[in-house]
Amino acid sequence: MADLTLNVNGTELRVRAADDAPLLWVLRNKLGLTGTKYGCGEGQCGACTVLVNGQATRSCLTPAPATVGAKITTIEGLEKAGVLSAVQKAFLEADAMQCGYCTSGMILAATALLREHAHPSDEQIVEAMEGNICRCGTYPRIVAAIRRAAEMQMASEGRKEEPEYVHG
Amino acid sequence: MSMDELMDEAALHEIRDRIRAFELDRRDFLRLCGGGLLVCLSGAQAPGQESGRGGQGWGGHELPREVSAWIHIDADGKVTVFTGKVEIGQNIRTSLAQSVAEELRVGFDAITMTMGDTELTPWDMGTFGSRSTPTMGPQLRNMAATAREMLVEAAAQRWSVDAATLVAEDGMVRNPKTGATLGYGAITRGEQLTRTLMGDPPPQHANFGRVRDPADPPLTPAIAWKIAGTAVPKAQGRDFVTGKHKYPSDIARPGMLFGKMLRATGFNATLVAADTAGAEKMPGVQVVRDGDFIGVVADDVWAAEKALAAIHAQWNVPEQISNRELFAAMRKGAAGGEASADVEQGLSGADVKLAQEYTVAYIAHAPLEPRTAVAEWGQTDAGQAKLTVWTGTQRPFGVKDDLVRAFRLSEDQVRVMMPDMGSGYGGKHTGECAVEAARLAKAAGKPVKLIWTREEEFTWAYFRPAGVMEIRGGAKRDGTLTAWEHHNYNSGPSALETPYNVTAKLEKFHEWPSPLLVQGSYRGLAATANHFARESAMDELAHELGMDPLEFRMKNLNNDRLRAVFTAAAEKFGWGREKSTADRGFGIAGGTEKGGYAAACAEVEIDAAKKVRIRRVVQAWESGAIVNPDGLRNQIMGAMVQAIGGALFEQIEFANGRVLNAHFAEYRVPRFRDTPEIEVVLIDRKDLPSAGAGETGIVALAPAVGNAIFAATGTRLRAMPMAAGEIFSS
Ligand code: FES
Ligand code: FES
Repeated sequence: MADLTLNVNGTELRVRAADDAPLLWVLRNKLGLTGTKYGCGEGQCGACTVLVNGQATRSCLTPAPATVGAKITTIEGLEKAGVLSAVQKAFLEADAMQCGYCTSGMILAATALLREHAHPSDEQIVEAMEGNICRCGTYPRIVAAIRRAAEMQMASEGRKEEPEYVHG
Repeated sequence: MSMDELMDEAALHEIRDRIRAFELDRRDFLRLCGGGLLVCLSGAQAPGQESGRGGQGWGGHELPREVSAWIHIDADGKVTVFTGKVEIGQNIRTSLAQSVAEELRVGFDAITMTMGDTELTPWDMGTFGSRSTPTMGPQLRNMAATAREMLVEAAAQRWSVDAATLVAEDGMVRNPKTGATLGYGAITRGEQLTRTLMGDPPPQHANFGRVRDPADPPLTPAIAWKIAGTAVPKAQGRDFVTGKHKYPSDIARPGMLFGKMLRATGFNATLVAADTAGAEKMPGVQVVRDGDFIGVVADDVWAAEKALAAIHAQWNVPEQISNRELFAAMRKGAAGGEASADVEQGLSGADVKLAQEYTVAYIAHAPLEPRTAVAEWGQTDAGQAKLTVWTGTQRPFGVKDDLVRAFRLSEDQVRVMMPDMGSGYGGKHTGECAVEAARLAKAAGKPVKLIWTREEEFTWAYFRPAGVMEIRGGAKRDGTLTAWEHHNYNSGPSALETPYNVTAKLEKFHEWPSPLLVQGSYRGLAATANHFARESAMDELAHELGMDPLEFRMKNLNNDRLRAVFTAAAEKFGWGREKSTADRGFGIAGGTEKGGYAAACAEVEIDAAKKVRIRRVVQAWESGAIVNPDGLRNQIMGAMVQAIGGALFEQIEFANGRVLNAHFAEYRVPRFRDTPEIEVVLIDRKDLPSAGAGETGIVALAPAVGNAIFAATGTRLRAMPMAAGEIFSS
């Protein structure tokens, strides 16, 4: 048992956990962040995906103490001041879910992907998402949502640059 | 602990706290709701053909039960629909509300759906068999239309005008002459309006629809729908992309502990000895033991897991046969032997004949959320024990029965709630996880959450039955079918009947009284196996005859709805535009079951290593009037993707009572890379009643793919999964 300070969604949280306790259970059961899901506990389904310093990480295989000092982002941390992230918005608009149980993990995996490749190719999408299972079979819509999110992000970044352009 | 409450219950707080049992008298119900308008539907259900574990039946429920649904409108005009159906990803929380909003003439957002709570909703046999849309849908529409008429009548009385001169719209009754309006809430304020619709199910067949009474209010024809028939976004969709939605596994209760169960090392095992001393010594851990039932509880799930690992148990597992001997055992165990003189004669007059055997393996549902239950013991108002369980199930009332039996309680001592769950596909009909959680909670004296591990879900749930299908068929040189014989061993009778024209036929299901594994319901169930066999066999005959497979089917097909989906799929796909080559094949297949019609065209690619990859699938679908095109498209696409697994690689491997591939690393399910380009063509038949679409969308893909593989390679694959073997491993 150890007292840990975890930085989750921008907030420092203190929690007591075993040295080898998976981050998944600490998030869900000690911090009440149940948006992160259990699907297999074996790194095979991606339902438990969170971001650790921006990297898509299987929280079921990551001991919580190993994440001390890192920035952890869960599905609950993507919405900022009531505004959904581009990926969340795209999933919602594309109705890229059925039961929705895989959705948190999908959104976080896609968020990490778009951080690395703003305009991912089909192969890059498949490569990055292959570890995430949607047993309801919503893959085509999820791919469409990721493409849409990429466009939305590019568009909003484009807008930010506009003023400079005008001045120039 | 507001986070622990179910989303759909929050709005109902006042009602929930005051209601004790769903059997409440209607007047009591209204009193508790503070008046308003209530429409009940009485006696409208009959049992379906699929249940959980084979042949378990319906817990002795006498059917029909008194009430099958309620619609309540309160003094603020808020509409609450109470149904025992559950949302498992098939989108009925949205589509049923659309139907009610349509008939009631209120906005979609005015509707709250209370579903699958044994204390708040009327008894329901369960959510399966694609029955929600064709039965609950029309029932709710009928009730909503009745409520609308009652509101119009009440307004007419108040204004002393003829009801026929008034219109209902936007949650109000309006008098077009005077321009006066009355909101539904204002009409029901201080009133207690109730009406019960009576409905007798048709006597002997398992059609579940209520017979419409001539006195029933007119339903809005699909052609005039404004809310139903449109792509209303998923109810509470935002909660799914923000992680706020509470699934059964997300429920938490004050003081809750976490449980783990000790499992046998094989099926049919008996416990020889178990040493629990190590686990008992661990801080904060309690071992619960009652005969072979051994579990642990701890305040931390990780601690519970470690405690479980510290238990040393010895099991005696009897020798059992493996999946390699499965089909031989099945053929031996299931009674066969049946012949038809007609068929023999039809075959003897045929120019081309076929006699083949097809098989399907045992497969798992593998819902991404495994079985889960949170059990809490408390007290009823009368001071008796009260068990409350939140669990993921397609049959909340069935699970309640299981709990009532297991603990010898009375009906009002158990409440089961089913938060919208991480799906089921027919795999969550039974209550074993709920019973286990309740036993642990009882022993611990605290609420307990039990989430089955993935391995448990793969091993201790039930499976889609494996099956052998024997087909014999014959046709004339011109393609006319002369005889058809189709035997199904073990997998089931659904969709056994051929839709093609042939008078000399024999179609028979042979039950296997003692199957090797525990088997139960599954999306599409035997319709997948029977379509695979029939549509492969039809393809074989077409090739023997040298006919185009589509042309051969059409020559023997009168069913207009099935013809229409074949035509639509073929057109969109460009069927016949290109010839199959050694590395690229095209296949077609289709069929009908449960009021849904599906036809699929598939393109496969075979590489030099003989690996198969599905490139493109076009599926046309028709199931009557479409209630929500977006949700329907999602369901059909999902069924097609799920079908890829059973078609190409999913199968439970087992030996000596052990599942050998009880992990996603070994049991391969479809992933992004396996997903082809998919197109869904929806045919909207506004003139026909809406049928369910959760299942039949799964049946056409496997035979279409198998037929495409044959077209490319000349190799006929007659066993599902088709690519698990060496040649077409993908
Ligand atoms: S739960 Fe972590 S990968 Fe499945
Ligand atoms: S939507 Fe159900 S698992 Fe993806």
